[in-house]
Parts: sequence; structure tokens; C-alpha cells
Amino acid sequence: MKNEGIVHKYGADVDTDVIIPARYLVTSDEKELAMHCMEDIDASFVGRVQTGDIIVAGKNFGCGSSREHAPIAIKGSGIACVIAPSFARIFYRNSINIGLPILECKEAAEAIQDGDRVSIDFNTGTIVDMTLNRSFSAKPFPPFIQEIMKSKGLVGYTKSKGANNG
Amino acid sequence: MGLTMTQKILRAKTDAPTIEAGDLIECRLDLLVGNDITTPPAIDVFEQTQCESVFASDAVVLVPDHFAPNKDIKSATQCQKMRDFAIQKGIRYYYELGEKDMGIEHVIVPENGLVAPGDIVIGADSHTCTYGALGAFSTGVGSTDLACAMATGKTWFRVPEAIKISLIGVLPPHVSGKDVILSIIGKIGVDGALYQSLEFSGEGVGSLSMADRFTICNMAIEAGAKNGIFPVDDIALAYMREFCPDRLAAKSYEVFTPDEDAVYASEYTIDLSQISFTVAFPHLPSNTKTIGEFDPVKIQQVVIGSCTNGRIEDLEVAAEVFRGRQVKKGVRAIIIPGSQRIYKKALQKGLIDIFIDANCVVSAPTCGPCLGGHMGILADGEACLSTTNRNFVGRMGHKGSKVYLGSPYVAACSAVLGEIGILKEGGENA
Repeated sequence: MKNEGIVHKYGADVDTDVIIPARYLVTSDEKELAMHCMEDIDASFVGRVQTGDIIVAGKNFGCGSSREHAPIAIKGSGIACVIAPSFARIFYRNSINIGLPILECKEAAEAIQDGDRVSIDFNTGTIVDMTLNRSFSAKPFPPFIQEIMKSKGLVGYTKSKGANNG
Repeated sequence: MGLTMTQKILRAKTDAPTIEAGDLIECRLDLLVGNDITTPPAIDVFEQTQCESVFASDAVVLVPDHFAPNKDIKSATQCQKMRDFAIQKGIRYYYELGEKDMGIEHVIVPENGLVAPGDIVIGADSHTCTYGALGAFSTGVGSTDLACAMATGKTWFRVPEAIKISLIGVLPPHVSGKDVILSIIGKIGVDGALYQSLEFSGEGVGSLSMADRFTICNMAIEAGAKNGIFPVDDIALAYMREFCPDRLAAKSYEVFTPDEDAVYASEYTIDLSQISFTVAFPHLPSNTKTIGEFDPVKIQQVVIGSCTNGRIEDLEVAAEVFRGRQVKKGVRAIIIPGSQRIYKKALQKGLIDIFIDANCVVSAPTCGPCLGGHMGILADGEACLSTTNRNFVGRMGHKGSKVYLGSPYVAACSAVLGEIGILKEGGENA
């Protein structure tokens, strides 16, 4: 699986309150949440973002609340992948569980600039910044998480393992 | 190789023959918690698992607390969806608005005796880490995690490394657990404990009340931690005697201590006597300063409450400040007891009288303004000193508003002063 898109770049410690403010947590509808994605740090994001675009950010992306609405809003806005040096742990879990690809790669997160055109090969973890003409290797998912991804998220994985009375 | 407290709890609840930091393991869960924001999406996912019932109807706790009492039609619909699910699945611990044991989830789970030492608890709320104060492993997860765990009674964890925090000394007067955890976050940063446990130990633990320990563990997530955890001592057992007598009597809990040769990612010693009144400035909990270090900051609102600081001890501290004093003109002071039980205790102790006489407003138990839900939203340019846990951009309202985090003592003093600070000794501000 490959993806190519334009980068929207943010700083460190982007929290879930700015990804999707609590005032919009009265729904879990992907499209409705996406209309307010990143609103409090980048009001123009929703107007600019195209399907397949990529978010590149600083360390500890997604810190704060456990709201799954945050990765849902990002996915709903058309973002194909988030690249950061590190992710807050609940955001990391949630992204995997809902099938939003996230890649940990410090070098890429530092070098890639806002507006760059970047392609990602999810099978190899290779990130290519076509504007800078540089490539980076992201940390691959551990096998256990690959298994969840193969099952198309935690629901599929849970079903495949057989629930208590399913 | 020795294990930490957290690692030993995880080992007790997994089928993996051995564990070490970094392993991905599946654990049996003792308790699952959800609220009115995170449970509705979990219900949708639960339906996709095609399970007819939850794995154990007495191991799921559902609490309408974030946007309850319902703030608008959409939040009413979310609460209704959770209520219908609770009734349909026979969920034993669903706490309806107004019931004697209702309140904010992380206040009422321990208060209603639903967690004991050695338990593993997950909650679709990041502040689920609160219960580590009782020697349990508890951590926040998302809605999909909650849904799948409701189906199976299990979830996966990456076995965390730990940061050991040895506490020595005794806190100065009026300095509290909130000042301790804010100063720790200030020191290690908002990702200083990312993926790790914060494990507390040392002789200083014995001088901290359970309220202090709940506050400290509650904000472990603000340092990025997976969980915070305290050893179980006489103070913790006394808490169980009061709030969890059945499991104490039945000895249906297990106390875990770290191995002598447990390996820690890093170690800190904190002398409690050196901690002073600490305030986190906008817009990160790690942006801390101590009182005396900064120029006057005028405020328009004070909030005393939340899962961090809405316990009876917190209200007592605030009432002591407000007794015979008045909230400064131009400041709105909002007091939110963490549970109906705490509200009633505060009434019986005369605290509510003191608050009302001081020109505070007292709200029903709710998360309310903490996450910018309702009951005290800030306008553009307004500043609030709050005993809550986050001060991100827009957290309590307009993105141009500012939230400063502090203890109930600092919050009450600041309400009287009209700016962030503490009252001078000798009562010249009385």
C-alpha cells in the first residue's frame, strides 16, 4: 500500500483538545468531527486538506484525552498518515484500533517541511520527501500490532480470536 | 530480573509464562469504565463484535458525568444511548444522575468500593490512572479498546518500564499532592514518562493522604505515563475499611510490592518539604512556576472540583480559606463536589454555607468546565485558576482563554485575591 500527499506540519505536544475540541464531542460521526479537525490551532486546515494528505508533527503527538474522536477526526478529514518522533500512548492505541496509519520517525519529522510532497510505502515503512528528494525509514510496527492491522483493526482481531459468547 | 509493582500486577493476570518490559501481553481485566462521551462510540463497536452480552455485567461501570446533567440535545442523546445500553445489558454499575452514589467517574469508582489493590482497571478516559493510589494497575484506553474488552474481559498491554519516585520528608502547611504532581510534571515534561509507569515509594508516602495520592496518580497521564501507582500501606487499608469493606473482609485483593532488584528506567528522589505552591501556566501542565516566581496574573474565574481535586478534603481546604472572606468582585468562583456523597458531606460539615456566604456558586457533580463542556466556559481573553488537570489551548472554552492549574488552596486564595497567589499569614487579606 502506497500513499502520496501534501504535508501539513505542526509542532510538539499537539494535544487532543486542539485536534478536536470537547465542544464537538457530542457526536462520533467521522464527517461531522472532521469539519472541526485542528480548528483551535489551525483554522484553515479543514479548508486546505485534501484526501491523501499527511500530517507531520513534533514529539508526543496526541497527548491528553483518551477521546478516540481525535484520530477519527483526522482520518475523516482525509489524512492518510501521521508522522511524528513519538505519539502519546492512548492516541497510538486508538489510531491502530481505528486503522489510522501512524509512523514514528524522528528524522522524517524534523526534516520534512510544511507543503512538501511526500510518498509513503506502508509495507516497507519508507518515507520519501519528493520536494527535498530525501528518504527516511520509519520504525515498523511490532508483529502483534501487524496482526491487529491485518484483521483491519481491533474489532476484526477480537472477532477472529472469538469473543466470550460470539 | 526483578519486576516493578506494575509488572507484577500484569504478570498475575496474564497467561504469558514470563514477562519483561516491552513485551506485548494479553491480561484479564477486573473492571472497565466508560463515560457519556466515550461509551457511545464503544457501543457501536461492541455491536460489530456481535456479542450479545458483556463478559461480566458487574465488571462494567458506566457514568454519565462529562456532559451530564445533559447540556444540550446532542449530549442528551449520547447519555440516552449509554443508559439504554446499560439497561439492555443489565450493567450493574450504571450511575444515574441524582443517585446517592453518583458523581465523577474517578471519584466514585474508589468511593463506591469498586477497585482494590492488585486489580487491573481500564477506562475509556485518560484519567483512569487515578486508581493507582490504591495499588491497582489502572490506565486509560479508547472506545474501541473498551468495546472489545466489554466483549472479552481482556485487553493487550505493552509491559511498561517504570520511573521510580522516592518520596522523603513532609509537605509544608497547605502544600498538597497537586503541588507535588505539578512539580514532577514540570521537572520531567508532558512526555517525561511516555509509555512508562510512575511508581512512588519511600518514607514520604506515609505523610500523604489518600486524597493527595488520588490527585498525584490522576495526573500521571499529564506526564505521558501509562499509570501511576502507590504502595499499599495502612492509610490505603484504612480507606478500604471505609469505602471497600467487603473486599477487605473477604481478603479479595492482592498487595504487590516491587522486587528488591526491580529495574527502573530512571529514579528520582523528591523531598516533600522542598515542594512549594505550584501553578501550571498556559498551555501545558509542564509549564510550571511556583508562587513568588511570577508577576501578578489577574483572573476572572476559579474552578474547584474535577476528578483531580473534587474530594471532600479539597473542599475542606477551600472552605477554610473562604471562611469569613469574600470572592473578589469580578471573579466567578465555581465549586463542584466530585460526587453526590461528597456534596452531602460538605453540606453536613457546613462547607456549602461557607461557599455561598463567600459568593461562590456550587454546582451538581460533573466534569463540566474541566474539558470545556458546560457550567463555566471561558470567553476570549478570560483567565481561570482551576484545580483541574489540563490547560491546553481552548480546554475550558474560547481558544483565546487561558487556564492556570493549581491546588484547591491556591484556587481559593486566588478567588479572594482576584489574582493568582496565596493569602499572607496573619490574615491581612481577610
